[in-house]
Amino acid sequence: MSKAYSEKTEETIKPPLTSVGVIGWIKANLLNSWFNSLLTVATLYLLLKIIPAFIRWAFVDSLWMSTGAECHQAGGACWSIIPANLRFILFGFFPYDLQWRPLVAMILLVGLLFYSQNRNHWKKSLAYLWIFGLFIMGLLMKGGLFGLTSVESAQWGGLPLTLILSVFGLTAAYPLGVVLALGRQSKMPAIKTICVIYIELIRGVPLISLLFMSSVVFPLFLPEGITVNKIVRAQAAIILFTAAYIAEVVRGGLQGMSRGQYEAAESLGLNYYQTMRLVILPQALKIVIPPTVSILISAFKDTSLVVIIALYDLLKTTQSVLSDPEWMGFSSEAYLFIALIYFVCCFAMSNYSRRLERELDTGH
Amino acid sequence: MGKGDIDSIDKTVPEAVPFFNDPAKRSILYQLGAMLLLGLLGYYLLSNTMANLERQSIATGLGFLEKESSFEIGESLISYSAADTYARALVVGVLNTLIVSFVGIILTVILGTFIGVARLSTNWLVSRLAAVYIEVFQDIPVLLQLFFWYAFFYELLPSPRQALSPGAGIFISNRGMVFPVPESHPAHKYMAAAFLGGCLCVYLLRRWARKQQARTGKVFPVFSVSAGILVGFPVIAWWLSGAPAAMDVPALTGFNFEGGVNISPEFSALLLGLVLYTAAFVAEVVRAGIQAVSHGQTEAAMSLGLKSGQVLNLVILPQALRVIIPPLTSQMLNLTKNSSLAVAIGYPDFVSVAGTTINQTGQAIEGIAMMMVVYLFFSLTTSAFMNWYNKKVALVER
Repeated sequence: MSKAYSEKTEETIKPPLTSVGVIGWIKANLLNSWFNSLLTVATLYLLLKIIPAFIRWAFVDSLWMSTGAECHQAGGACWSIIPANLRFILFGFFPYDLQWRPLVAMILLVGLLFYSQNRNHWKKSLAYLWIFGLFIMGLLMKGGLFGLTSVESAQWGGLPLTLILSVFGLTAAYPLGVVLALGRQSKMPAIKTICVIYIELIRGVPLISLLFMSSVVFPLFLPEGITVNKIVRAQAAIILFTAAYIAEVVRGGLQGMSRGQYEAAESLGLNYYQTMRLVILPQALKIVIPPTVSILISAFKDTSLVVIIALYDLLKTTQSVLSDPEWMGFSSEAYLFIALIYFVCCFAMSNYSRRLERELDTGH
Repeated sequence: MGKGDIDSIDKTVPEAVPFFNDPAKRSILYQLGAMLLLGLLGYYLLSNTMANLERQSIATGLGFLEKESSFEIGESLISYSAADTYARALVVGVLNTLIVSFVGIILTVILGTFIGVARLSTNWLVSRLAAVYIEVFQDIPVLLQLFFWYAFFYELLPSPRQALSPGAGIFISNRGMVFPVPESHPAHKYMAAAFLGGCLCVYLLRRWARKQQARTGKVFPVFSVSAGILVGFPVIAWWLSGAPAAMDVPALTGFNFEGGVNISPEFSALLLGLVLYTAAFVAEVVRAGIQAVSHGQTEAAMSLGLKSGQVLNLVILPQALRVIIPPLTSQMLNLTKNSSLAVAIGYPDFVSVAGTTINQTGQAIEGIAMMMVVYLFFSLTTSAFMNWYNKKVALVER
């Protein structure tokens, strides 16, 4: 009896067709009230207006491997601007025959980043690997040793310059930011005041004003006869700027530490330096890894501002291609291409930051 | 405890701690050291700078502000010509920065709130689209977005002769958007005065209504009456001063439009770029704020018999705003600071005018210092205002 009963239920009490499968999903997620149905219809209408037109422009009517003159005749997108100028956009004025060197350096950097994203590899040896890797990259860019032809840093440009400015910017800004954060938490009024003024001053002004400063005021600071390369000056401005933001992030981590940690360290007889190095910073810096990655993302995006002081980063090389009469008027295509490069990099970083946040979340 | 125990306690004064082991004294030493180091660095930089300036024979000081600027500025809120002083040129720049930031902040908050709410929509399509918007616009440098919109306006829009005209008197071309405005008339001053008077009345009305509600429990329809006052007063002022209706309609003369108000492509590109970029961040802020208010709050408010408008106004918003305001402030400041990127697309904001001034006069230090002071002033006043507002809405714990 009971068996027959259960067989019967299995047969008859199936969920109605309209609440499972595709139809059910559509009903639950797109048409669950009159307002939502209206919204869905309106959105679909808009998408139908935009997407086919975009696809037509970007793929159907587009040219991929043509000259600029042919592009001016055609109606669709002119993606040809990218393959035709790819090496200049990516490497700027780096000597044409030697462009394999920045390419290898970039591959090395991406490889290192990829290796470092696994938390099992976070050991002391990784730090040495990075120092060694950065040295090799510097060597590849600059040359002058081991039979590599020397390349003036004034000729650096394109994507490698963007990456150098952000990677070196962050590596140098991080320790400085930690020191500033510790200074801001310090009990010594003079040190605290200096750090607070520095942090608030830098955070209150736009990066451009610092970049202008690096390009026009900084040379005045140096004694006669000494000049510093433009890239190094911009790099210094980026470091000083990023450090203030890192300091605020790290301060958040320091404030998240309970008093008990400090008291425990003190009662063990550790001095200030030991307390910070062995107890507080390892915990505080771990908490702030996700916001630090956001700082890294914005530092990466902000390197594009060096365009304004005429450094040939990725954006500037693209602009100078666009000022070539042959390719004039195809800004949308070129800008979309480098937007894609920036997007891929930033999206990878923000995804990574979200993953880390999940992994580091110990559930307290 | 016996008497002997007390006697046995060592009564000798502890040995004086050596100077360098006394934390108090050591900290003074550190601080003096830090200040000395900073002072030496400052002195070194200053002396180098003075020597360099002398060698290049650049005069220091703010005297150059009184000189004739002899450069034109594309758009200005106050009358300005190349014969005016540098000081006036810089004021034009500050006003241009302020107008783009002000309009930008308002639009950003509206768009950001809209997208943030859309992100939380139960409609899958809408919430996905909002998520894509947020991710894409956050991950592309704002400068690149500005260049993109500027190129978009400049290359894709037709020349003034073939201008698009979406409505009577409105023309969109690559020289900007022109639209008709009422011809200037003294009535406008009276209308502005009436509006300000209306604001004062609304403020007093709200205070009275709140007291009235506390005393009698009766709810006065503040919103509709205030709206009536704010719209009605200026309309009455307009009607009383003779109802002037003449419009200044733009017309094509030669290669460009004359008359009406022109919004330049630079301004539009800057505004659009900043708003679209910052709105992506504001949307995330708004989403986090709304999610921070638990659903139980809505249910509790509804079970008390509040209407849905009241639920939003009296229960949800006050709690969500508490979470939203601090990060929203920093986004507003970001927008203001990012407006300095105007220099890259040729909108004459403060940084751009100051840059031109530096190039012409060579007064780099003064120019950069002014840039920093102006932005610091914006930042500090905005955050002071927002801190005040934040205190007002902050949780009062009993």
